Amino acid sequence: MDEDLERFTTGDVDAFEILFRRYQGEVYGWIVRIVRNPAAAEDLTIETFWRVYLRRQRFDPQRPFGPWVRRIATRMAIDYLRSASHSFEPAPPPPPAAPDPLVRDELRDRIQGAFLSLPARLRVAAVLALIEEQPYQEIADALNLSLSAVKMRVARAVRHLRSSLERMGIRP
Amino acid sequence: MSSGGHEFDFVRAQLRAALPPRRDLALEADLWPRMLRRLEEAPARFGWFEAVLLGLIAVMLAVFPELIPAILYHL
Repeated sequence: MDEDLERFTTGDVDAFEILFRRYQGEVYGWIVRIVRNPAAAEDLTIETFWRVYLRRQRFDPQRPFGPWVRRIATRMAIDYLRSASHSFEPAPPPPPAAPDPLVRDELRDRIQGAFLSLPARLRVAAVLALIEEQPYQEIADALNLSLSAVKMRVARAVRHLRSSLERMGIRP
Repeated sequence: MSSGGHEFDFVRAQLRAALPPRRDLALEADLWPRMLRRLEEAPARFGWFEAVLLGLIAVMLAVFPELIPAILYHL
């Protein structure tokens, strides 16, 4: 593996292909958790590795490749969320919570709307911690933040969402 | 349970009901062919070596303009 990383830093496309094939699934899975759109996640996976290839000379082959790629992928995903013109793929139908399907769908749309109104940096922390239930340390590593900074972002996202839910009349 | 913890759990439950965790995390196709096309269509990078070379040629042609017809002839 170290040899592949060494060769990758010199611009060897064969070594890059080995790394790409090894990590593409993991990178895609991470991105799709954040952007929640498989087609966009595929595009962002390509763009992530393109950026990885451009920055190959900055990579220290003594360090692990996976976390470095994940940080770049997370930045790409955040940039995507910040761009105004992205689509949000409808979620699969949730289990029945309200008796009336129309009320249920409207409620779901409003909660999704509240979530989408969060700033991108809070949304990423919230989706990874609250929805995908990823370990906080992994989120911190991916965002290049301290553990306490991630916890603060999640707490702020919860406060924002709590206020939005209250305005919708949804209370515990 | 503290009110903060209760609030956290409540928001998380509402959020997960509206936006369930993704289950389609597996790639359906190998993306390497697309990656290869992306590498091939990348614009050629104009580095410092090319810039120096171009500068030297420009200076040479400015000092020795009589070389221009000879170069054009050999192009």
